[in-house]
Amino acid sequence: MNINATFIAQLIVFFVLAWFTMTFVWPPLMKMLDERAKKIADGLAAAEKGKLELAEAHKAAAAELAQSRTANQGRMAEAEKQAAALIEQAKKDAEAEKARILAQAKAEAEQEGQRARDSLRNAVAELAVKGAEQILKREVNAGNHAELLNQLRAQL
Amino acid sequence: MAAGAEAPTSSEYIVEHLTHFSSMKQGFIIDMHVVNWDTMFWSVLCGVITIAILLKAARKATSGVPGRFQAAIEMLVEMVESQSKSIVHGDRSFIAPLALTVFMWVFFMNAVDFIPVDWIHGVNELLELVGLHSHLPHHRAVPTADLNGTLGMAIGVLILMLYYNIKIKGVGGFVHELFCAPFGAHPALWIFNFALNLIEFVAKTVSLAMRLFGNMYAGELVFLLIALLGATATWWGIGMHVVAGTVWAIFHILIVVLQAFIFMMLTLVYLGQAHEGH
Repeated sequence: MNINATFIAQLIVFFVLAWFTMTFVWPPLMKMLDERAKKIADGLAAAEKGKLELAEAHKAAAAELAQSRTANQGRMAEAEKQAAALIEQAKKDAEAEKARILAQAKAEAEQEGQRARDSLRNAVAELAVKGAEQILKREVNAGNHAELLNQLRAQL
Repeated sequence: MAAGAEAPTSSEYIVEHLTHFSSMKQGFIIDMHVVNWDTMFWSVLCGVITIAILLKAARKATSGVPGRFQAAIEMLVEMVESQSKSIVHGDRSFIAPLALTVFMWVFFMNAVDFIPVDWIHGVNELLELVGLHSHLPHHRAVPTADLNGTLGMAIGVLILMLYYNIKIKGVGGFVHELFCAPFGAHPALWIFNFALNLIEFVAKTVSLAMRLFGNMYAGELVFLLIALLGATATWWGIGMHVVAGTVWAIFHILIVVLQAFIFMMLTLVYLGQAHEGH
């Protein structure tokens, strides 16, 4: 509990230490802390901004997607319509072709029948003439009776 | 203790450990011709350690990712900065660094208490062993267990209180406050106001010095008593020395930090009060 000059020395040391800290230690530390705080604040702001930008990009992408989806649907409907039209056209063409082929075949058949009938008629005429020849042998002159024969052929 | 030809008695042991290594023997309670070399040496050493650590932190300070050492110092600095900001309203360009210095300095001075009380015998025996015959003198190591050490700092705080009172309020304002607060400005109350203010300043300074001194002195004394247990050289004594010494040392870690923190906080509070008018 003795008090002596030591306390005066201690007093001086107290002020020297405080002055030293104030001059050489505190300012750089405070500057650094402020800088760090600013850096962190900037980083947070940047992160916030990035988040906002991301949300915006998401929104834009969704809009783009929706738009393309609508466009796609339209295009698909168009294509379907086109396909239906094409099929319809093809059906119609085929129908026409069928009718044409059928008609042609019918005509050809008709012609063939006519021809067969003609040749048959000729053959029958010839056969009749031959039969008559057989019957009328000699009595009938082919030259004299040609007119008659032709008449007969035409009648057949 | 075994080296001594005849072991000192318990009271001789305590007295030896509580005697300062002074420039001369102190005759009176207050004797300004005496200097305690031990308190001076250890407090200056602790001050040098403090500013060395702080300077290292300040030199390496980077606003990028901090290392562990830097983060620890930053925590301390932020703590002191936020405390001083909440307590002192005004220019803190000196007060905040002062608080940081006071905290670390007092912490290191208190922590000298962790050096075993009889370390000096060990050092002297070691010196003997290497052939050096110059012995370290016996002394008290803990500067804050010397009233001179704590009183020096407390008077430093008193000077700062007066300085900031005058700086903030002006000489006239401060004198006016001394005579007109806290009771009122009536002339009949001037003398009571002044007396109370005087008592307040003295009480603040003395309590600041005595609180730290008392805590550390008591802590040192308890360590000495625990050492005496071991000195009985019985199994019971040595066992109790180990147990009690461990418990007290662990408890003392709390006291060392707490007293340093209290000293810093009171310094801030007193200086904060100097910034505010009644």
